[in-house]
Amino acid sequence: MNLNENHFQIFGVPARFEIDLEGLETRYHELQREVHPDRFASASQAEQRVSMQLATRVNEAYQTLKSPLRRAGYLLQLHGVDPEFETNTAMPAEFLADQMEKRERLEKAAAASDWERLIALSSELRVEQDSLFARIQRQLEAPDWNEAAATLRQLKFLEKFGEDIGAAEEAMDS
Amino acid sequence: MALLQISEPGQSPAPHEQRLAVGIDLGTTNSLVACVRNGIAVVLNDHEGQGLLPSIVRYFRDGRTAVGREAEREQARDPKNTIVSVKRFMGRGLKDVTHVENSPYDFVDSPGMVQLRTVAGVKSPVEVSAEILKALRSCAEESLFGKAAGDLTGAVITVPAYFDDAQRQATKDAGKLAGLNVLRLLNEPTAAAIAYGLDNAAEGIYAVYDLGGGTFDISILKLSKGVFEVMATNGDAALGGDDFDHRLFCWVVERARLAPLSAEDTRLLLVKSRTAKEFLTAHEEVRISATLGSGEGVDATVTQKEFQEMTRPLVAKTLAPTRKALRDAGLGIAEVKGVVMVGGATRMPHVQQAVAEFFGQTPLNNLDPDKVVALGAAIQANVLAGNRGTGDDWLLLDVIPLSLGIETMGGLVEKVIPRNSTLPVARAQEFTTLRDGQTAMSIHVVQGERELVADCRSLAKFELHGIPPMVAGAARIRVTFQVDADGLLAVSARESTTGVQAAIAVKPSYGLTDAQITQMLKESLDHARDDVQLRVLKEQQVEGERMLEAVENALRDDADLVSPEEQGAVRAELDALRKTLSCTDHRTIKSAIERVNRATEPFAGRRMDRAVKRALAGRKVESL
Repeated sequence: MNLNENHFQIFGVPARFEIDLEGLETRYHELQREVHPDRFASASQAEQRVSMQLATRVNEAYQTLKSPLRRAGYLLQLHGVDPEFETNTAMPAEFLADQMEKRERLEKAAAASDWERLIALSSELRVEQDSLFARIQRQLEAPDWNEAAATLRQLKFLEKFGEDIGAAEEAMDS
Repeated sequence: MALLQISEPGQSPAPHEQRLAVGIDLGTTNSLVACVRNGIAVVLNDHEGQGLLPSIVRYFRDGRTAVGREAEREQARDPKNTIVSVKRFMGRGLKDVTHVENSPYDFVDSPGMVQLRTVAGVKSPVEVSAEILKALRSCAEESLFGKAAGDLTGAVITVPAYFDDAQRQATKDAGKLAGLNVLRLLNEPTAAAIAYGLDNAAEGIYAVYDLGGGTFDISILKLSKGVFEVMATNGDAALGGDDFDHRLFCWVVERARLAPLSAEDTRLLLVKSRTAKEFLTAHEEVRISATLGSGEGVDATVTQKEFQEMTRPLVAKTLAPTRKALRDAGLGIAEVKGVVMVGGATRMPHVQQAVAEFFGQTPLNNLDPDKVVALGAAIQANVLAGNRGTGDDWLLLDVIPLSLGIETMGGLVEKVIPRNSTLPVARAQEFTTLRDGQTAMSIHVVQGERELVADCRSLAKFELHGIPPMVAGAARIRVTFQVDADGLLAVSARESTTGVQAAIAVKPSYGLTDAQITQMLKESLDHARDDVQLRVLKEQQVEGERMLEAVENALRDDADLVSPEEQGAVRAELDALRKTLSCTDHRTIKSAIERVNRATEPFAGRRMDRAVKRALAGRKVESL
């Protein structure tokens, strides 16, 4: 394993969106068995340092490849496409209107401490995410980088919404 | 310390060359040391044949110390110099310490960590913990080497999973101070999972519910084919069996209408409360009787039901972190295959019952909750020391419990490394200069989940020097945050355009510098005694003033969101609060603040609503 390889190369899988998650996990464990600092606790300081760097790298690669959102972003990055999360806020009006409506429902559910409505929102979100992941997979395999970047921005938006649902649940807990 | 012998990882030396490493559970109430002998992890007993060492240190005028049972016996006679539950103070400032009013100690609020003034001088919690570790070390050496001189290869010391960087660093420092080679800091629930998992060949998702003397942890692990992977952890670093004792103690004091107690009487009744709590685990009721220093007698009977009622909120406090951990792991309750109970406080029947109800299954109690952590640590220590035998091919993947962030404009936190990231983990962040020719900048690192710097734990302030002078915004300073397998943070920086390595001056907000550790035993700092009561009052006054200002501003900015009646009610509470600010009782101010909070809650909700809509509306306009 070498530090200049990209995440896909480290895991020995083709650089595409479709991925075998079980195989990825097996490979992850294999790699960590090799490089994890616990293997080098009695080794020299230099070896310990390298072990930490490699184990850190393996963790980073695994976390990126495991998450479909981050995996898609990484593929774009490898092809020199900037998803412009910060600068490009253009979204289809229909998508935004839908999000506005969902946010309102979230606020109401949170205000009423209504667990059932929160759970319903979560499952709706998952359905929506799955359909966007299917879309981005087609776009990435076409490939149509700009379309994929637009889908990724929407997915990022949904991820934030998911976090807000989590925060509302947490607030209701305490 | 002897130099380490190094062999290739994976190759274990011949049995007679086996290097002996121990696992240490440095607990709030009791501490233990364990070691793997002939392939089996065992707790090492002291010369009295005892495995549990009470985590109590007594200081004498001549600098001598007594640790363990000897210190425990005299604790009510010499409470000020007999330190119990020191783990609660590790890496903590005075403002973080709970139940200060019932602690007999002479606290010294020093920058970094709270310290304790004893007859033998001012002691840091790190030094007190080091005394406990020294006692465990000699117990282990005596037990393993007998009269023959021998050195331990190293030790794995366990820490609560929810310990932050400062608390971990303090624990590691204590190990160093006790002359131990600290191979790893291991999270207590993870240690328990190793001991349990290897013993039972467990596979699947397991939750470890660890309620110790002073800390609560919940960890969700995935066990598969020899891999122990922590998926999420959560907890409360200031909640444990001690709090149950304290609750019962308060009940007794209230019931008996006792006047403010002396330090000796406080400790006496706390000890009686603890014994009573333990007795109630298997009995319906218990009688607490004691004779105070004044000769006054205390005699109270408490039933198990009463005890459970008064401590129910404490049990409930463990369930919110449990839900959070499951949420972070992305798992539902039904996916949890087993719940491993760890820590002496899990013996309480209502804790067992609450956990059983929450998870919908009977918790696993087949391991001694007092010993399982030390045993797991011993198993890991043995492997880390290089004695990896057949069947020891397991792998442990743990996580960072709390997010790391840096301070940005306006006292806000920008997360750099999110909680529950698998260790080791690193993240690089780019910074630039604000002014032309700027050659230095400072970075404030914090740990916690809240959005405001003030609500998180300040870990360190770094100053970067030696940035090549350039026009503002041209320098690219890449700062790398690396968290190692112990969960400890290190920071390095480099200017990217020129490749100049910027020097970093580290000023830990909590914890100690190496120089301080060296100085520690030589010096005793002399600080003025902090008047705790006065400080609490001052805090409430400041809080009250802040509240008045905030509400006045809100009423001015969003006047259209409040009806005249509501405005009148809020103003009445504000006036009431204003009047309390000059009083000397912090509780009066506190309850006035709470009333304002309640009166303004609906208004605050509408304001948030408006702010969110504004933010979203802005986006929409841009896209149309």
